[in-house]
Amino acid sequence: MAALLSVRGVCAGYRGVPVLRDVSFDVAPGSVVAVLGPNGAGKTTLLRTLSGLLPLTAGTVRFDGQDLAAVPVARRVRLGLAHVPEGRGVVEELTVAENLRLGGLWRRDRADVARAIAQVYELFEPLARRRGQPAHQLSGGERQMLALGRALVARPRLLMLDEPSLGLAPKVVAQLMAVLAALRSSTGLAILLVEQNVRSALSIADTAVVMALGEVMAVRPADQVRADDTLRRAWWGSGQA
Amino acid sequence: MTRFIFLTIDGMATGAVYATFALSLVLIWRAARIVNFAQGAISVAAADVAWSVGSRVGGWWLGLLLAPLVGALLGALMQRFTVRRLGPERHLDAIIVAIGVAMVVQAVLGMVFGLQHRPLPAPVSQTVLMVGGVPTLSPYKLLVLGAVALLVLGLALLFSRTAVGLRLRASALAPEVSRLLGVEVERMTTLAWGLATGVAAFAAMLVLPTGPGLHPTAMDGVFITAFTAAVLGGLDSPVGAAVGGFAVGLVLNYVTGYTDEPNLAPVALLGLLLAVLLVRPNGLFAGPTIRRA
Amino acid sequence: MDGTKAQLNPAARGAVAGLVLLAAGVAASYALPDRLFALGQVVAWLIAAAGLTVLIGLSGQLSLGQAGFMATGAYATALTQNALYAAGFTVAPPAGAGGRFAAAAAPTAAGWTLPVALLAGVAAAAAVGALLGLAAVRMRGAYLAGATLVFGLIVTPVTALVDALGGEQGLRVHVPRAPDPVGSAVGEGRFRVWVALVGAALVLAVLTAAVRGRWGRDLRAARDDEAAAALVGIPVARVRLGAFVVSAATAGLGGGLYVYLTGTALPGYFGLTTSLFLLVAVVLGGAGSLVGAVGGTLFVVAVPIVTTEVMSAVDASPGLQARLAGNAPLALLGLCLVLVTLATPGGLPGRLARTTRSGRGRADRGRSGRVGVDRPRSEGRDDRGPGRGGTGARPPIPDVRE
Repeated sequence: MAALLSVRGVCAGYRGVPVLRDVSFDVAPGSVVAVLGPNGAGKTTLLRTLSGLLPLTAGTVRFDGQDLAAVPVARRVRLGLAHVPEGRGVVEELTVAENLRLGGLWRRDRADVARAIAQVYELFEPLARRRGQPAHQLSGGERQMLALGRALVARPRLLMLDEPSLGLAPKVVAQLMAVLAALRSSTGLAILLVEQNVRSALSIADTAVVMALGEVMAVRPADQVRADDTLRRAWWGSGQA
Repeated sequence: MTRFIFLTIDGMATGAVYATFALSLVLIWRAARIVNFAQGAISVAAADVAWSVGSRVGGWWLGLLLAPLVGALLGALMQRFTVRRLGPERHLDAIIVAIGVAMVVQAVLGMVFGLQHRPLPAPVSQTVLMVGGVPTLSPYKLLVLGAVALLVLGLALLFSRTAVGLRLRASALAPEVSRLLGVEVERMTTLAWGLATGVAAFAAMLVLPTGPGLHPTAMDGVFITAFTAAVLGGLDSPVGAAVGGFAVGLVLNYVTGYTDEPNLAPVALLGLLLAVLLVRPNGLFAGPTIRRA
Repeated sequence: MDGTKAQLNPAARGAVAGLVLLAAGVAASYALPDRLFALGQVVAWLIAAAGLTVLIGLSGQLSLGQAGFMATGAYATALTQNALYAAGFTVAPPAGAGGRFAAAAAPTAAGWTLPVALLAGVAAAAAVGALLGLAAVRMRGAYLAGATLVFGLIVTPVTALVDALGGEQGLRVHVPRAPDPVGSAVGEGRFRVWVALVGAALVLAVLTAAVRGRWGRDLRAARDDEAAAALVGIPVARVRLGAFVVSAATAGLGGGLYVYLTGTALPGYFGLTTSLFLLVAVVLGGAGSLVGAVGGTLFVVAVPIVTTEVMSAVDASPGLQARLAGNAPLALLGLCLVLVTLATPGGLPGRLARTTRSGRGRADRGRSGRVGVDRPRSEGRDDRGPGRGGTGARPPIPDVRE
């Protein structure tokens, strides 16, 4: 099966400071890929590059066969690529309902957007309860639900999440991972998951991409990674205390 | 006492115009973190064009409808071809570019229409109505209040109920996240500018009949007054801007009304501005802006 | 440590700059005998522009009210001059005085009254600058611009409110005439331009020396990164206030000299248009560049003269011609302002800053760039109010965490 997302030789950086070097990996349709690595590995930079917030200095990114180089950020979600950024990106002054609506504004099919929003409320009961409240009143876990729900309203084919477990209690993290796994099996959604929380990421991932210092150290099936020396090397062997 | 009542009521009516113009400054501020120093010049240009048509057909009413459209177009063009090129970081440069645009616009108006004041007649009487011996408002100022109320209502509905309004708010509050969600933020910023300058042009059509008339610099005074009002209310807050507009309108009316010295108005304005900024360099109601990823 | 290829120390540089200006000005006063008034205006304005370019370019504070300070200095000079004259400090008029600035054969003010009056102008402008500056230094970007704009706009109203200032008609000022041997040899008009040139040369010399030295470095550091500058021990507020006062003082001198050149003080000389033209001069010459301020002022004064000449050659009705000619300078200068600002990639203060800063080293940048400035790189917005005077001259801090 052809890869949904194909990353080849990607290099990127900020104003002359290179961060990503020659990053290559694939995301197959309906699979969960975890991107793991210590601080400074470039994981967030990678996602920003994939969603177009950061331009490439080299390499290609193909989504469903299409080269994304010429596709501006706001158009990528129309192709089916959704990015829930670091910090969740919940718009605090807007209400829960407005945040969700925002996720589907670009779509023509208003009826399906309404259905999708209803499904999000079903999936995340706290959001339904708080739909008229401004988002800054939500707890960390609820904000994660909101950010996730908002991305789902667009009915993406690949969902990229940047450290969704950050700041959440272990029980909430487990619930989150369960939701992601359920989404994958019920809708065939592919997920690219950047995580510091290795254990929860590996609990749902098919493949792991291990990064350190801006480079891909290894791409392995998830169950093999634990046993492998790769992770240890990535965290301890690359000079990170 | 009657003088106080009159000055108060009249001050509210002028304040309404300042509030409207201040609102237009806040709109751009929220969208782009810039004070558009060309707002006054553009609003006059729009009024000039609108009245060129209106004086021939349709009168002031047509002018009132036309001016916001022309103003919106001019503002959108300005944003598209100048400010947008600067990018989000160059705040000082944006001010300077706006000043340059204002200079060009006012010069062109001077070339086309000349430097004499051209009166803009009001559609209804400007004589103050007496209610039980107390001077209140002229029919025209009543009209102004009504128009402003309708405008504010319209804007509130636009921003709270419509998809465009949601896009505009999201683009201003969280541009990066909005892009990720498929909102074309650049286009929304241009739209916000156009909306703002349209509102400013609307304010111009309302206020110009009460003064000496159309002139390239006719809205400069309103600009600095509205700026002061917006600063008072905090550039981030539409409600603050409105409150500031009314407050400044009242203060100026009291100062010039009781001393009978119109020249004191700009001095009072400076005093007010400095007093506020000395204590709160970011405006009275400016709270911490919430940053988001 | 500066990195600039300076062969001369700052003081020497200053002296050279001043002397060059003096020589060039004297030469011009002979080369363009019909343009003495315009030359005088250039000299008076360039003093104000020099201060303004330091304020905007090196200190990052955008002031739209420079003409207001010129007016302060002008009227203080005018009142002092007239007071000294009325107090009897006069001399008999030079015999056979003629030329452009000829007046009736009445006693004229003694020569020494001029420097005193000019000093009063500078002091008054500096004092007002300090007062306004106390509020101004805490303001950023648009707030400062707006406040200074309003300040500049009170000139005409204030002259109308205070009777002693003469209102819109202005004041006639009893300025000293050129002393006898020199005056008849050189001409009154030319002499006055020379006096102004001396003032300009002094200002240019002092400012050149100052900006190349410690003060200039402090200014730039405070402009680029307040938090870092404060940590290094630079008293940021005081530095900004200093720049504000210096700029006001130079404007005061320029205004005072303008009164000397014309023999009158008029509010119309110091209106919004003047402030805007000075801004254009600063931007066109490169904010922060003193040489640029001179060149920019020359340009800004020349444009109206040139457009008038061009327009008079155009075949059109006198009414239309007047309208076009009257407004053309404003349109042209506004256009220049827009185009030059758009074309400058690094931003307004960056043009000069980048060349002088290159010597300070990347290491400096890296360290001072990180300290205290938490800039989540996911949003390009500045949440601390309207632009902290910074423009694209500062490279964004790369957050290499992830």
